[in-house]
Amino acid sequence: MGLFMSKGEIVAGCLAPHPPHLVYAENPEQNEPTAEGGWEQLRWGYERLRESLADVEYDAIVLLSPHWQTYIGTHFLGLPKFKSLSVDPVFPNLFRYHYDLSIDVDLARQIHDKAADAGLAVKMMENPDFRVDYGTITTGHMFNPQWDKPLVVLSSNRSRDYYSVEVMQEMMMELGRVTREAILASGKKVVVLASNSLSHRHFTTESAIPEDMSKEHITSHAMHLWDMRMIEYFRTGQSQRILDEMPEFTEQAIAESDGGGLSWLLSTLDIPNYPGILHGYGTIIGTGNAIVEWPERNHKEGSE
Amino acid sequence: MSDGELVGSYIVPVHPHTVLAADQNEGWGRLRDAFGEAAQRIKDSGADLLIIYSTTWPSIIGHQIIADPNPEWVMVDNDFHDLGSIPYSFNIDDKFAHAWNQANENRGLKSRTVAYHGFPIDVGSVVALKLLNPDNAIPAVIVSSNVYANRAETTVLAKACMDVIKATGRKAVAVTAMSLSNRMFTKPIDPKDDKIHSLKDDEWNRKILEFLGEGRLEDVGQLSRTIHRQIRVNKVVAFKPMWWLSGMNQNRNNLTGEVLAYEAIHGAGGAVVHLDPAASGAGDKEYDEDDVEYFLGERNVLDAQSDETEIVSEIVSAKPSNSNGPALWEPTESKDSVNSAAAPKPVGAYPHARRVGDLLYLSGVGPRQPGTNSIPGGPIHDADGKPLEYDIKAQTHAVVQNITRILEEAGGSIDDVLDVTSFLVDMDRDFKGYNEVWAETLGKVGPTRTTLAIRALPTPIAVEMKVIAKAPSLE
Repeated sequence: MGLFMSKGEIVAGCLAPHPPHLVYAENPEQNEPTAEGGWEQLRWGYERLRESLADVEYDAIVLLSPHWQTYIGTHFLGLPKFKSLSVDPVFPNLFRYHYDLSIDVDLARQIHDKAADAGLAVKMMENPDFRVDYGTITTGHMFNPQWDKPLVVLSSNRSRDYYSVEVMQEMMMELGRVTREAILASGKKVVVLASNSLSHRHFTTESAIPEDMSKEHITSHAMHLWDMRMIEYFRTGQSQRILDEMPEFTEQAIAESDGGGLSWLLSTLDIPNYPGILHGYGTIIGTGNAIVEWPERNHKEGSE
Repeated sequence: MSDGELVGSYIVPVHPHTVLAADQNEGWGRLRDAFGEAAQRIKDSGADLLIIYSTTWPSIIGHQIIADPNPEWVMVDNDFHDLGSIPYSFNIDDKFAHAWNQANENRGLKSRTVAYHGFPIDVGSVVALKLLNPDNAIPAVIVSSNVYANRAETTVLAKACMDVIKATGRKAVAVTAMSLSNRMFTKPIDPKDDKIHSLKDDEWNRKILEFLGEGRLEDVGQLSRTIHRQIRVNKVVAFKPMWWLSGMNQNRNNLTGEVLAYEAIHGAGGAVVHLDPAASGAGDKEYDEDDVEYFLGERNVLDAQSDETEIVSEIVSAKPSNSNGPALWEPTESKDSVNSAAAPKPVGAYPHARRVGDLLYLSGVGPRQPGTNSIPGGPIHDADGKPLEYDIKAQTHAVVQNITRILEEAGGSIDDVLDVTSFLVDMDRDFKGYNEVWAETLGKVGPTRTTLAIRALPTPIAVEMKVIAKAPSLE
C-alpha cells in the first residue's frame, strides 16, 4: 500500500517503563506473587495514561522492549499468538505472569520489510516456543490490561554495546523513520510505546518487603537532575535537545535509553515539537521512571 | 566426613549452536566433540557435583542460585531462535544451593535461591548442562553473574562455594559458561563463513588460551580487566568468570591446562578448556591482588565509572590502619592458642584466643575487618586525630561477627559465650546503639556482661569486647 493511498495514523507515542514491580504491586490475576501495594505514583500515572486514551480508537500497539536483547539486528515477534508464563530472571520473586497476547503479524512484517529495504539487519521471530520478555509483558499489561489490542513487538538491538550511543541512535532514528512510514502506509491507527526507564542505576539490595516504600528513592542526586532535565524537555516539546543530549544522558545517568527505545520513539513521532503530557514519575529500586504521552492525534501537522 | 575438593574446572561456550547446529559448521562440530570429551573426563573424575557460573544469567540483587530440584522448560535463544528449541529437565542439588546461599551470607554477600516453576534457565547454563551432563547423572547447581559485582565480590562468591564443598565432602567440577572475545557479527551470516570477528580478537583469544593451556588461571584472572577492554562488548561488566574460577582454584597458576577446542561462534570466541588441579610445575604469580575473604558490604556502584575506579574505591574505603593506628602483628602461636585468618590481626604480641581447660579466653575483639583492616561504620577519628562521624551499631555488629569467627575457628560458635566485658569510648553517645545490637545478637545467647567507659582504644574504634567462652570438646 502506498503512502498517499493510506489513512494510517499514529494516535499517540508514549514512554511506558516496564519494571515488573508495577505489575507485582497491582496484583492482577495473571501474576502469581501478591503485594501490599507500592509504587502508586507510577501506577496512578499509568491510570492517567489509560484514561487519556480511553476514548481514542486505535488498531494496534507497537512496542520496543529493552529486555528482548538482540545483537544481530532488530527482531520482530512473527506469530499471531503467544501464550506462556513469563518469569523475570532478575526479580522472579515479583513477576511470574501468565500471558496470552496477540500479534499484528502483518504490521510487524511491514515494518520489518521497510527496515530491510533501508539496509537495517532485521529478522522475524517465528519460533512458537519463544517466551516473550517481561518488559514487553509489563508495559503491555500496564498500558492495556485487557490485552484486547494486537501488538507489534520489536527487540532492542544492542548496537550501543557494540559501537556507541551515537551509532545506536543513528540506527534507531532510521528504524523509527521506517516504522512511521510503515504505520502510515498500513492504513491502521497505532499507539507506539517505548518501554524504558530514564536513569537506570539500581539499588543492589532489596528490602525484606519489596514494596516497602519507605526504602524507595532515586539512587543519587545526579540521577535526579538528569531525570528532571529530560522531563523538562518532554514537557516543553524539545525533542531535538533530547536527541542531542542522548550520549551524555545515556552515559552519565546509565540510562535505559541505551536500548534505543527513546530515540526510536522520538523518530517514529517525527521528533515532536509539541509538549508531551507527563502522566507520572517515580523511582523503582532507585531507577527513574516517567510515563509520558505525546498525543500526536491532536497535532496532525506533525504526522503527515 | 572427609574434606571435599574441586576435581576439575572447565570453560565452555554459551551459544546454542553446539546443541542445535553442530552439523552446519565444522568448527561448531569440533566444539561439540570437545564438549563430549569434557563430559567423559567429568564422568571419569568421579565428580558428584557440577557447578555452573553463567555469564548469560545476569542478576542485580546479589547473586542468585537455582534451587528448584527439577527445573523443566523449553529454552529458545533471543538471537538464534531460528536454530530451534532446547527442551530441558535438569537435576539440581537444591540442598547444596541452599547451603551455598547461607555460606554467601556468612561471608557478607547478598544472595538468594530461586525455585519457581518456569524460571528461565539461561542459554549458557542450558548448553553446558545438556552437553556436559547429558544423562543428568551428576547433580548440578547454577549461579548468576551479578552485573555490579567486582573482583572482591566474585572471589568471595567462589570461596563461599568452596566452604560448602569442603564441609559436605563433595567432589565438585566448576564450569564457567562464557565466551572469550564476545563480539559477534551484527548481521546474519552463512554458517560456513563463520570466523572470529577480528584478527585482534583472535590474537587475544589465543594468548588467553596459551595461558590457560599452561594452567596459569590466576594470570588470566588478573588480566581480566585488560582483556575485557580489549575484546569484550559490555554485555556483562568485566571478564569476571575468570575471577570466580580462579577463586575456586585458590587463585593458583600451576594447574594442568588443556585446550580441547577453540572455534568461532557467529564471530565470538568459543573454547572448551579443561583445568586439572594437578600441579603442572609452572611458575608462581608475578603479582597478586588483595586476597579477599569477606565482602565488606554495599558495592560502591555510584562512583564506579570504570573498573579502575572500582579498584581505587575499594582501596580507599579499606583505610588500612597502619596510616591511622598502630602497626599490625601476626597473632602469637602457642600450644593452647587459637588464631583465625578470618579475624583481624592483633595490634601487639598476643593470640586471638587461648584455651584453658574447658574455657576459651579471647583477647579484646574490635570491629576491624580481616584482610583490609577497614572499620564498618567508619573510624572515630582520622590519622590526625580529627573526630569523624561513625556508626556504633555497624561497629558493634562487626565486633560480634569477629567474635563468631574466632569461636568458629576453635570449633565452637557464638552460643558458647559465657561472659563479656565491653569497652565504649563514648558511653553517652554510643550506649543506646551498642545495647540495641547486643539485644539482637549476644543478648539472645545470654552471657553475663559488664560495660565500661574508657578514654581510648589502640585503633580508631568505639567499641571492643573481652570474651570468655565455653571451649568445645577436643574429641
